[in-house]
Amino acid sequence: MTALVLSAARRPVDLMILLDWRGRLSAAFLLAMILAGLAAPLIAPYSPTDQDLVNMLMPATVDHPLGTDDLGRDVLSRLIYGTGASLYASFLAVAVATVIGVPIGLAAGFFGGWLDDIISRVIDALLSFPGIVLAIGVTGALGIGLTNAMVAVGIVFSPMVARLARARTLIVRSELYIDAARCFGSSSYHVLRRHVLPNILQPLLVQMTLLLAAALLAEASLSFLGLGVQAPAPSWGAMLARGYTYMEIAPEQMYPPGFAILLTALAFNVLGESLRVVLDPALKAR
Amino acid sequence: MSGAALRTSAWRGLQVIPVVIIATLVVFLLLQLVPGDPAITLAGENATPEQIEQIRALYNLDQPLLVQYGQWLLNAMQGDLARSLMSGEDVTRLILQNLPPTLLIVTCAMAISLAIGIPLGVMSAIHRGGVLDTIATALASVGIALPNFWLGMILINFLALQNNIFPATGAGSLLQDPLNALWYAFLPALSLAAGGVAEIVRQLRSALLEVLDSQHVRTLHAKGLSPARIVWQHAMKNVSTTLLTVTGLLFNRLLGATVVIEAIFAIPGIGSLIVRSAIAKDFPIVQGVVFTMVLLVILGNLIIDVLYPIFDPRVER
Amino acid sequence: MRLYPHLALVKDVPMTNPARPPLLEVKNVCASLGGADVLRNVNFSVAAGERLGIVGESGCGKTVMGLSILGLASSAFHLRGEIVFEGRNLLDLPAKAMRHVRGREISMIFQEPMVTLDPVFTIGEQICETLRTHFKLARKEAREQAIDALAQVGIPAPAERVDDYPHQLSGGMRQRAMIAIALACKPKLIIADEPTTALDVTVQAQITNLLVELSEKHGTALLFITHDLGVVAETCDRLITMYAGQVVENAGIDDFLARPLHPYSSGLLRSLPRMSKRKTALPSIPGRVPTVAEMPAGCRFEPRCSLAQAPCKAEQSLLPAGEARKVACCRYDELMLPGVLN
Repeated sequence: MTALVLSAARRPVDLMILLDWRGRLSAAFLLAMILAGLAAPLIAPYSPTDQDLVNMLMPATVDHPLGTDDLGRDVLSRLIYGTGASLYASFLAVAVATVIGVPIGLAAGFFGGWLDDIISRVIDALLSFPGIVLAIGVTGALGIGLTNAMVAVGIVFSPMVARLARARTLIVRSELYIDAARCFGSSSYHVLRRHVLPNILQPLLVQMTLLLAAALLAEASLSFLGLGVQAPAPSWGAMLARGYTYMEIAPEQMYPPGFAILLTALAFNVLGESLRVVLDPALKAR
Repeated sequence: MSGAALRTSAWRGLQVIPVVIIATLVVFLLLQLVPGDPAITLAGENATPEQIEQIRALYNLDQPLLVQYGQWLLNAMQGDLARSLMSGEDVTRLILQNLPPTLLIVTCAMAISLAIGIPLGVMSAIHRGGVLDTIATALASVGIALPNFWLGMILINFLALQNNIFPATGAGSLLQDPLNALWYAFLPALSLAAGGVAEIVRQLRSALLEVLDSQHVRTLHAKGLSPARIVWQHAMKNVSTTLLTVTGLLFNRLLGATVVIEAIFAIPGIGSLIVRSAIAKDFPIVQGVVFTMVLLVILGNLIIDVLYPIFDPRVER
Repeated sequence: MRLYPHLALVKDVPMTNPARPPLLEVKNVCASLGGADVLRNVNFSVAAGERLGIVGESGCGKTVMGLSILGLASSAFHLRGEIVFEGRNLLDLPAKAMRHVRGREISMIFQEPMVTLDPVFTIGEQICETLRTHFKLARKEAREQAIDALAQVGIPAPAERVDDYPHQLSGGMRQRAMIAIALACKPKLIIADEPTTALDVTVQAQITNLLVELSEKHGTALLFITHDLGVVAETCDRLITMYAGQVVENAGIDDFLARPLHPYSSGLLRSLPRMSKRKTALPSIPGRVPTVAEMPAGCRFEPRCSLAQAPCKAEQSLLPAGEARKVACCRYDELMLPGVLN
């Protein structure tokens, strides 16, 4: 078991074997979504931006399985193209959070002392901000747009990543083999890179999966508010915003993107919890 | 409150200071994130060079960053959050005007979350593995993944548009007609509360299971106490600190989530204000709202920190 | 710790009183967890006021046995047999009736005083709660009785300690508080599961003596579960030795110390440190307790027993061996196993 878990970080196939059925189902669903997002031009029946003003807000037909929106665009095609935008946004935000959070958390946990004091205070302070509000503030400053919005979300998430990385580094640092490595004259960088980082990756992977769900919801919110994706590009949040505008005449417009967000976020969360059971026995899920 | 408890509270109050300083620094630095010269940003793109210089002098933008921050913080602490770039209105006044509807729906959402989440979490933990537990756990998973503004749209569609039970949008004045204000706040609060209920059910259930498995609960059984007494008196007091922590995090989260909910329900709160201002690049308002919200959260956390020792005698210092 | 040879002088009381019916009678109790036999046909009885020790290595089933009496063993254990307390089979008792037994008729003391008291209630609240669950008592009366109970277990300044939380007390004081809770309702039987194991050696003796003193004073029977034969020798009238879920010997303490009848009991006895022989390696029993998979069909101790012969391959049951003694070894008569008193 232990050997398998250790190798799992390197071999995703092993990880799939260890997951429970919920985790596997979620992973398969997410994989399908990612493929759909990548292959959107191939599988979408229409262009997401082709307007057909004769057939506006049509209910589901054979030609348009999910109907058309307020500009006569095919909802299914927009949903498929939106998959790409929404998943890109989630991964971008989590990548930004990781790139900022991990080195800071590692440094705080590993070097300790005044550096840790300062970083911990900054993390505390940043976690006092309601996430989405700070993200709106940062987006407003950086300029409106999907990439800027998700960089902002990533910045907002980074203290959470840093906090976990710090906590895990503290645990690993106290383990004897770090001392052993130091005795052999390894540099701090080497110890961090070769010994600490691999040991904190597994809990981080769990957290990153859970953050993907949060990022997806944040993208939906920001695009809904008009701070994320800009028309005419599709994203699930932006589709919900249009659905909201025409809610009184075509309430069914809000269901395809809403369910897409719900199911994808659910899948990320379920996958994260399953990963936690496998990778992080210390934090056992009840 | 005893002397020791008072000292504890005072100490916690002091500990908050660095957090406030860093948080306000972040708010201040938001403006520095804007590409280009802050003076031009504040003066607007069509400003004349004289106007730009005027702004530069007004906001001390020719001074070092730290001096600017000190001046800004000093003003902010005195309630001066500058003026709107668009309308020239006083930002502090604007925020105070828009704060009540926001606080009302957040408070109602907290109340709903606790009122539904606590019994559901307890039932779930008591009947671990049973039908009720399975349903509650599944609902909690959905609740956390559910975009709350989408839930808001569904509620509007069914309860306001198709069946005219609740008002679809808007807010009532709390001072003139409190009942009407609550009536308007109900749907937004309910949409907000979905995630809160889910979070409370999950955390409470897991904390309760841990306590119910603990050795001191076995002692209680050995003393001949009834299961009801063990759960509601002992286990609940044991998990009260967890509940307190979750409530604090919930306040933070709801305060953020309310921004989108206000947009859906067209509520004139500070959430709507910040979105409008962010799109219009009205930075003093954006800064002001972020500042207000972070202060509210820090205040909430402080209250919770002071409450900890009341619920758990082991928390001291 | 005392020198065990002195014990013969201290202990000189009759081991059982055949005229009195036993207070607690455990009859053919079996417990299984999954496919594993945790307890197998356990039989013993405790008379009113008697102090019985249950001795064995960890994992021999003694803790499960103790918890099963009060119905506190995990529901994962499947229990069979009878546990008769004053004429009632506790295994059949409805939950509500069982609650009237717990804490009132039989109470229990656990191993780790650090974690067995509720951390967010004061000691006083925890004693009063037991009292008020079982008796109609006003708050004030209950509090006075709680202070009395604390005084009885030797906690200094009980009127102040009554408002302390468990974390404010030392380990020894907490265990005294635990005893006060257990004794609050004057139960007829106290089950003490390794009550001193988690404590400092100096405190261990104090707690053991306290238990004996209180048991004598109130005539409370005591079921003392421990791995420490020395503690049993100091506190109990009788003892049973358990091995791999079975009782292998049941004897009065003096008889046992003089001449254990079961090779496992003898092994336990010889592995005790003694003051007289220094600088010699302590004898230990070779091997380890068999796992479920390797459990022998015959005598369960046979694989580790240096005295095993062909008949030991058959199953051994607990049979009378002289007056008031039982042993589960077919060779007990031929063997002259060394005790401590010779």
